[in-house]
Amino acid sequence: MTSAAALAERVHALLGVPGLPVTEFRGEVTVSVPPDRVLDALRLLLNAPDGAPVLTDLTALDRYPQEPRFEVVYLLTWYAPPVRLRLKAPLPGDQPVIASATRLWKAANWLEREVYDMFGIRFQGHPNLTRILMPDDWEGHPLRKDFPLTEEPVQFVGHTPKTPSEIIPKSAPRP
Amino acid sequence: MSTMPEVRTETITINMGPQHPSTHGVLRLILDLEGEVILGCQPVIGYLHTGFEKEMEFRTYHQNIVFPARIEYLATFIEETAYVLAVEKLLDVTPPPRAQAARVILSELSRIASHLVWLGSSAIDLNVTSVFIYCFQDREEILDILESVTGQRMMHGFLRIGGMQWDLPDGFEARVRSLMDRLPARIDEYDRLLTDNLIWRKRTEGIAVLPPEDALAYGCTGPILRGSGINYDVRKAFPYSGYEQYEFDVPLGRNGDAFDRYLIRLEEMRQSRRIILQALDRLPGGPWIVDDRKVALPPRDELVRSMEAVIHQFKLVSEGIHPPVGEVYAAVEAPRGEKGYYVVSDGSNRPVRVRVRSGSFNNLQALPVMVYKGFVSDVVVAIASIDIVLGDVDR
Amino acid sequence: MAVAVPSLERDAAEFEKRVLTTTVDRMLAWARKSSIWPAQFGLACCAIEMMSTAAARFDLARFGSELFRASPRQADLLIVSGRLSQKMAPVLRRIYDQMLEPKWVIAMGDCASCGGVFNNYALVQGVDKVVPVDVYVAGCPPRPEALLHGFLKLLEKVEKQGGRR
Repeated sequence: MTSAAALAERVHALLGVPGLPVTEFRGEVTVSVPPDRVLDALRLLLNAPDGAPVLTDLTALDRYPQEPRFEVVYLLTWYAPPVRLRLKAPLPGDQPVIASATRLWKAANWLEREVYDMFGIRFQGHPNLTRILMPDDWEGHPLRKDFPLTEEPVQFVGHTPKTPSEIIPKSAPRP
Repeated sequence: MSTMPEVRTETITINMGPQHPSTHGVLRLILDLEGEVILGCQPVIGYLHTGFEKEMEFRTYHQNIVFPARIEYLATFIEETAYVLAVEKLLDVTPPPRAQAARVILSELSRIASHLVWLGSSAIDLNVTSVFIYCFQDREEILDILESVTGQRMMHGFLRIGGMQWDLPDGFEARVRSLMDRLPARIDEYDRLLTDNLIWRKRTEGIAVLPPEDALAYGCTGPILRGSGINYDVRKAFPYSGYEQYEFDVPLGRNGDAFDRYLIRLEEMRQSRRIILQALDRLPGGPWIVDDRKVALPPRDELVRSMEAVIHQFKLVSEGIHPPVGEVYAAVEAPRGEKGYYVVSDGSNRPVRVRVRSGSFNNLQALPVMVYKGFVSDVVVAIASIDIVLGDVDR
Repeated sequence: MAVAVPSLERDAAEFEKRVLTTTVDRMLAWARKSSIWPAQFGLACCAIEMMSTAAARFDLARFGSELFRASPRQADLLIVSGRLSQKMAPVLRRIYDQMLEPKWVIAMGDCASCGGVFNNYALVQGVDKVVPVDVYVAGCPPRPEALLHGFLKLLEKVEKQGGRR
């Protein structure tokens, strides 16, 4: 195993799906994997003969209002020699479900609970998919883009100041 | 005829926290006990959930610099470095050599300060109050230096995308050198006080053992992983800020117990000193922030001369920077393991997503393995040896 | 040789010099302010500065408060040191309720006072929404000197109010 690009090649070969989108940005390689094959890809990488990766991070991001809305992001690290590879699985906004990686790495347990708590993505086969950071009776998933930041305005006599996030507004994306 | 009374055992469940004597923050544990022996441990976290990740989506890249130090408030400079490195990677900007060396010095000072807080508070958990007093005294001296650089004791907000806010102050080098001269004697004193202390050894040796396979499965990093004998240090594996130029050793443990983690942290303080001295020796002169007007604010004296500088200043302050579309992950070696920032940009002045990968979160997940079949009193040792910062766990 | 002539006035003056008269309330207040025991309760960054305040350089022990009690039932001062999350708020209220009267609260730092730099879904914007606060200490985090200043202000308040709140 030499480079992240070689690993991305291997994911393709092992899954037997040619032409999976591979992007390289600032030396970081990201492979997009269909959500129903992501567990296969992770298992194949984990059981490869020349060293098993560690699940450094598992998270998600919300591209609302685009579709597919969610992306579940797996960051794998090989310690020796040091290599990183990122796997991404796109998920629809309506009832996002993906297979749980808890059987492959115990680390996935809390990480998946956090993603469920923050994004409402369900992980099939997770032993205890409950909220982890927010209170149990909380409604909504805070890191979804349609969940408001819920800022409280500061009370002044005679005028209402801007809330902190309004001070510098979001600009239009520049190419 | 009398028979032995029938012995009945029963598992009881007790709640520990969020407020409890060995308080390293607001951690709650639900323990299943049979007598004094722990059969189950379920950490409940989230009592310090601050919503950093959401908050950072609503601020510009520059405004976000205030948040990292508040996530992990013991190793403030390391945390700031992690965020700034991620944005620099996104922009493909390299800070000038002076800024890089200064970041290394300040980060390593932060690491020593953080380990001192760990040592002091762990000692207080095991009822060695004097060590707490000594450690905090030494930490004050480090904070004095950091304050002389940044004006703040803890929440510096000093690093900028592409460098630092201003240059290191006069006399910085002499102050750090004088502290580094005194430090070895202090660390040796803790060594003498604790390493051969019978009580300390009995309370930590063979306690809270984490086998290497579990450490890998749980994604533990930092002194926890190295205590179990696995050599992974982000500074060596994925060097940043020029760490590849410095010579230092990565101490490893053999048994994966609390005592090994203690030895590793002591040795890490000595190694940090080594790095600081090397960085001081070759601290380059020159600028401390990049000369890119799309990234860094123009210097004050330029503002009175150049209209262009005023426009750049105005654009940066009122809009902020616009990194290209993309996603990056930048990691640093924090005292509590790998600290990474995963920043996704859509080309606007605010990030789409800032994910904080924290070492404490993964390390704490391994707590049930460490305390299984141990005694209740050892839970305190296990929590102390993980060295959690709840701000880092809950974010 | 002068003979001491017994005199009622002189005896009274002598008595005044040697004995202090006060009210029970004032004496109680003096006793209370001289040894306020804070609860050992830290939330976030400010808790570290609170520990620094208790440590050698700043030495909170000078004001009789070195004894941080792990049980809220033995404490009479709650220093809310740090940001208060929605999940923690009921716990904080419970800790406050467990403390015996008379009790005081210091909101240490900007987050505890008003939310500080954070204004979002997860945090309570000021602990005074959950527990009554006696002294607010500004700073992010406040320097140990600032906490000591707030602490001395609280002592003044205790002295004035006595046991009453």
